[in-house]
Amino acid sequence: MNKRFRLAAALSAVALAVAACGDAPEEDGGDGATGGATDGATEGGGDFSACMVSDQGGINDRSFNETSYNGLVLAQEEGIIAEPKFAESQTDADYGPNVDAMVQDDCGIIVTVGFLLADATREAAEANPEEQFAIVDFQYVDDTGAPAPIDNVKPLVFNTHEAAFLAGYASAAHSTTGIVGTWGGAKIPTVTIFMDGFYDGVQYYNEQKGADVQVLGWDKATQEGQFVGDFANTGLARQISDNLISQGADVLHPVAGPLAESAAIAAQAAGNVAVVWADSDGFESAPDYGDVILTSVLKGMDQAVLAATQEAADDAFTNEPYVGTLENGGVGIAPFHDFDSTVTQETKDELAQIQEQIISGELVVESDAAFS
Amino acid sequence: MTDPKPPVDVAEEPPAPRQETFFQRFMRELTGGSILVTILSVVLALLIGAVLIAASDPDVQDRADYFFSRPGDTLSAAWSAISDAYGALFTGSIIDIDEYTVGRALRPLAETATNAAPLIAAGLGVALAFRAGLFNIGAEGQIILGAILAGYVGFGWHLPTGLHLIVGVLAGIVGGAVWGGVVGLLKARTGAHEVIVTIMLNYVARFLIAYLLTTTAFQRPGASNPVSPIVDDSAQLPRFFDDSRLHLGFVLVILAAFGVWWLLERSTMGFEFRAVGANPNAARTAGMSVSRTYVWVMLLAGGLAGLAGVMQVLGTERYLTSGISAGIGFDAITVALLGRASPWGTVAAGLLFGALRAGGVPMQASTGTPIDIIVVIQSLIVLFIAAPPLVRAIFRVPVRSAGQPVAGLQRGWGA
Repeated sequence: MNKRFRLAAALSAVALAVAACGDAPEEDGGDGATGGATDGATEGGGDFSACMVSDQGGINDRSFNETSYNGLVLAQEEGIIAEPKFAESQTDADYGPNVDAMVQDDCGIIVTVGFLLADATREAAEANPEEQFAIVDFQYVDDTGAPAPIDNVKPLVFNTHEAAFLAGYASAAHSTTGIVGTWGGAKIPTVTIFMDGFYDGVQYYNEQKGADVQVLGWDKATQEGQFVGDFANTGLARQISDNLISQGADVLHPVAGPLAESAAIAAQAAGNVAVVWADSDGFESAPDYGDVILTSVLKGMDQAVLAATQEAADDAFTNEPYVGTLENGGVGIAPFHDFDSTVTQETKDELAQIQEQIISGELVVESDAAFS
Repeated sequence: MTDPKPPVDVAEEPPAPRQETFFQRFMRELTGGSILVTILSVVLALLIGAVLIAASDPDVQDRADYFFSRPGDTLSAAWSAISDAYGALFTGSIIDIDEYTVGRALRPLAETATNAAPLIAAGLGVALAFRAGLFNIGAEGQIILGAILAGYVGFGWHLPTGLHLIVGVLAGIVGGAVWGGVVGLLKARTGAHEVIVTIMLNYVARFLIAYLLTTTAFQRPGASNPVSPIVDDSAQLPRFFDDSRLHLGFVLVILAAFGVWWLLERSTMGFEFRAVGANPNAARTAGMSVSRTYVWVMLLAGGLAGLAGVMQVLGTERYLTSGISAGIGFDAITVALLGRASPWGTVAAGLLFGALRAGGVPMQASTGTPIDIIVVIQSLIVLFIAAPPLVRAIFRVPVRSAGQPVAGLQRGWGA
């Protein structure tokens, strides 16, 4: 009995396996969509292929990489490109191989995200002069710090300090304790540029209103401040946030990608503390924390990637840097959402006026990390 | 699990499990396993990986909705997802027959070797420490120190061709050796546990390199991001082919593996290492200096990990970033476990992990399979190999026959 059962089981297993294998080639031929990413071309979008290599944050980091990737998603929706390809780097050793794999895959444009990929991108660009590249958040410089463009790499950079200035002003106006705080993920220019702008925005408020709102966590003059050291240590991020709150800060501006969540959690726990999100509109990208998000400093990486992809697809690729500013809408601040009623009309009018003054050049916002 | 072996000479003596430390028992169980178990673990891990690939594939998910009306659809979609992914893994790590030139076709194999070289070097460091009864978790920090010194010689000094490379390589080895040697010294002098000390030193190394990359001595001129200058041509490990990144480091690492084998199996010092690893009290009674052994083992282990750092900075990457160690130091522990702490086993395990690292790249890029599958496969392999000995070590479960563990010990430690 037992033996017979075993035999039957074995036979049916074989039959199942045979059936599964037998169907496969037919099905493969009948429906191309099983083949992988490239086959998406036939279903929607154009036939230009765009690829992206991220740093160690994944495609769904709710921040830096995700916003950049959304640029390619937009491009697909607008019919500019086929389904985009994406490679996530797990360690620093993966950048070169990932970029190279995309070169092998005959991508029309390869977008690399973040300064960590700068050398891998340069190497691939110089080895493949026919290939087109765009790099988010990095501009090649020579030994003196002057721009040193590469023929087939388009830098996509952002003067986020202009937008952070507005957020700093709004935060100073919002604060009742007279203390606001900021902290960063790592001390790199793309982070400190937010903190510079935020700091200056608060100082401008003090100047205009004769107020004395303090900024904790960053000193623009000495370029020293509070940093987690990476973009992954949620425990330390929470601790820094709690420390700032206990020192009296009632507005926090974390510049640390996914770690901003820790600040939002700390703010929710403390009550009466607001957060200024960075990169994307946190009210939409992190709705769980909508009730504490005063506003967000927007960095339009999606728009920049979309623009670069459009340019490459139209055969109009240049290595001219794309510099996101308040003027071209590449950076900005998000609506106040839940805080809309608590921000006075006076402040809103002043912000609109400051924005105009920055665009016209009447008011100059400076940062060591700014792009020209 | 292990096939019966004729009892060897000491099998008559009763094993003394109560005097063993937990670590010794675990290592004995681990190294006693057969090669068949290793191979089957890899196969099983790949099979589970296949299930995960199928389950995470959007096509398969779509078709699973009507699985019971037409199961063939789901199964064929699963089959093509798995075969595409593993096909890309293979062409990315072994050979790409679609390429036109021999150089391009064999490039994946070279990429595997490139990835394997630092894994093997650091894995040898971990394995060597295992054999002397030390758990070296600090390969990551030792790699970073090796990379810092080798890198600094590479871009900070400008020496004649030939000499520059030699000095750079030696500096890296010394960097790692010092970082490891400190651990051995602390253990020998104060009895500080090497696991704690190595983990702490990993953090010290990590923040040290992050700090150094903000100083003018290390930061690339003109750059505001934390990256070092590119090392001079004269300090770079020469590459063998135009088409690939395979460099001289791979040869160095095979020589290092031979050196470790010779040390352990043919030299007096290696005998002392193994004796201390098997039973420090017996070794001390026999007149060996246990503390001196600890210092030497950790110096050599650190030097080997430092060599891995050399390969990263002078071979593949050619500049320093704070992530230069790329998790190799932690994968090295896995590699050493998989290689059952033997030099050639470590080489084989390093090649396997190198292949998974190399093949994972095109697998992700061309089929969209999540790269995390590779980590899952690596982890499963280790789990299958290390878990049974670990469970037995924790609960002190005896292996089938009484003579068996001792036979395993004899074979495993290669006396």
